[in-house]
Amino acid sequence: MSVSFGGQPDAVALRDSLAAGEGSVKAVVEECLARIAEHNDRLGAFTRVEDERAHVRAAELDAKRDAGEPLGPLFGVPVAIKANLCWKGAVADCSSKLLANYRPPYDATVVRRLIDADAVIVGSTNMDEFAMGSSTENSAHGEAHNPWDETRTPGGSSGGSAVAVAAGMVPVALGSDTGGSVRQPAALCGLLGLKPTYGRVSRYGLIAFGSSLDAVSPFARTVRDVARTLEVISGACDRDSTCLPLPPYEAVQPADPSRLAGFRIGVPKQCFPPELDAGVRKCVEAALKELERIGCELVPIELPHAELAIPTYYVVATAEASSNLARYDGVSFGQRAGAHGTLQEMFAATREAGFGEEVKRRVLLGTYVLSAGYQDEWYGRAQRARTKILGDYQQAFEDVDLVVGPTSPCTAFRLGEKTADPIAMYQTDLLTVPASLAGLPAISVPCGTSEGLPVGLQLVAPAREDARVLRAAQAFELATDHHRALPPMLQGAGA
Amino acid sequence: MASSDEELVRRTAELARLSITADEAAHLAPQFARILEHFRTLSEVDLEGVEPTTGAFGLRDVFRADEPRESLSQDEALANAPERIEDFYSVPKTIGGDS
Repeated sequence: MSVSFGGQPDAVALRDSLAAGEGSVKAVVEECLARIAEHNDRLGAFTRVEDERAHVRAAELDAKRDAGEPLGPLFGVPVAIKANLCWKGAVADCSSKLLANYRPPYDATVVRRLIDADAVIVGSTNMDEFAMGSSTENSAHGEAHNPWDETRTPGGSSGGSAVAVAAGMVPVALGSDTGGSVRQPAALCGLLGLKPTYGRVSRYGLIAFGSSLDAVSPFARTVRDVARTLEVISGACDRDSTCLPLPPYEAVQPADPSRLAGFRIGVPKQCFPPELDAGVRKCVEAALKELERIGCELVPIELPHAELAIPTYYVVATAEASSNLARYDGVSFGQRAGAHGTLQEMFAATREAGFGEEVKRRVLLGTYVLSAGYQDEWYGRAQRARTKILGDYQQAFEDVDLVVGPTSPCTAFRLGEKTADPIAMYQTDLLTVPASLAGLPAISVPCGTSEGLPVGLQLVAPAREDARVLRAAQAFELATDHHRALPPMLQGAGA
Repeated sequence: MASSDEELVRRTAELARLSITADEAAHLAPQFARILEHFRTLSEVDLEGVEPTTGAFGLRDVFRADEPRESLSQDEALANAPERIEDFYSVPKTIGGDS
């Protein structure tokens, strides 16, 4: 019972076996495309599969190997990208009607780096429109379904990328995480999802939502695949002025659990709120015991301003979104409506026809918190509250190496369960938004299941310490079997 | 009779260049009010003297050399335009009266 690609369990193993001359990229790509064809109509993971480009690419890579050329760190690895990442000539519609058929004329830095690393991009994935949502239900293409229980959400907004990996369609996928949009779906689908330090990975070519928060982030099944992907996509970029002047991340060497001996793990009281699902609590408490068993010391800590995180996040993110989404006016790209009115009427009609309800709600909220007379009261105060939230972590990291708790307050909820209540939906981001506001590296690691649904453990480290979260995640992975758990659809189906 | 919340939503929609319908305004208004009410904790906390954070790390003055580099051709740049006339984006007439 396992998932495999070209007979290998993960991307790194696949790359190495292809590089050693076993099998062919063509066969691997065909295997992945066949799985996508079999399951995608039901699961809604991909909104666009680029079969032809993938086939052409596979042939190029096989020829490269035959010619004896040096092979990249993701040689032959099929990868899915979220539909808000620009890939020259492929549709990047952000699951919005407004951007239907938008084909970017350039590659995002991360896409260029995947291609340069010899990966095979197979298509773009479903998402909440413009990454606004926590369930992949706000999509012009219809909802995505969780492979663990198809009546439930995979989480969001990068739900399509999560489903693509969870259903065994690809070993690695990219999403974007603004307030938890990779960590939460990783938790709900039983995967690893890493939000790197803000600025570790270039945002050039990531269609913007909240520019001070957005982080291109990978999903995978093994820590070494996450690390390998980060190694490929990270590093300074002269097209993103917020990209940190750091060299590409260097992947951690295989760790043994004892490397965590003496690690001080901060466990914030505020990460265990009363509304935390009992099954989630149980899995996370067991995971903390496991960390203790492999030599970590658990330290109770406080994040006193945690209750400010949701309002702060939603004010900052919607303010930035209302500004970023001002570009969708029917002039330079996207679908135009109201072409027979005045210019102003054309703008308003285009946006009215093109945006879905949640996007309108957030654009309105963001416009309101920035409007004359309300800016100091809302946006100004949120910026100051953000300083407080950052300060909580700075204080905590004076005493501990990592801050650990649940990734999501609940397991995968039923499709439709929270769509009528925006506040209930926003609350699901409770445990992921603080690290986003503070720009910190954070990973969600599978830590068991509750009533057949996966639970994620979140590990947060100080800024730039991406290596620390990966090392800890790897030690946890070596000490446990949780990452091997598969959704029912894959049990007994593998090689 | 539209509520004051509806009025607020309609005014904000104008600023946001959204031509929302009366039905939408009626639907969004109570949600909008509830969301703001839910976010009240932000106005209750003491933030006196706290500096605002605009970005996670506050990198400043990031420049690269101002050298010409290859960029998009006019056709590539205009390829996604809903309407174009020759090498320009085309929009409804903005000045000069009717037509």
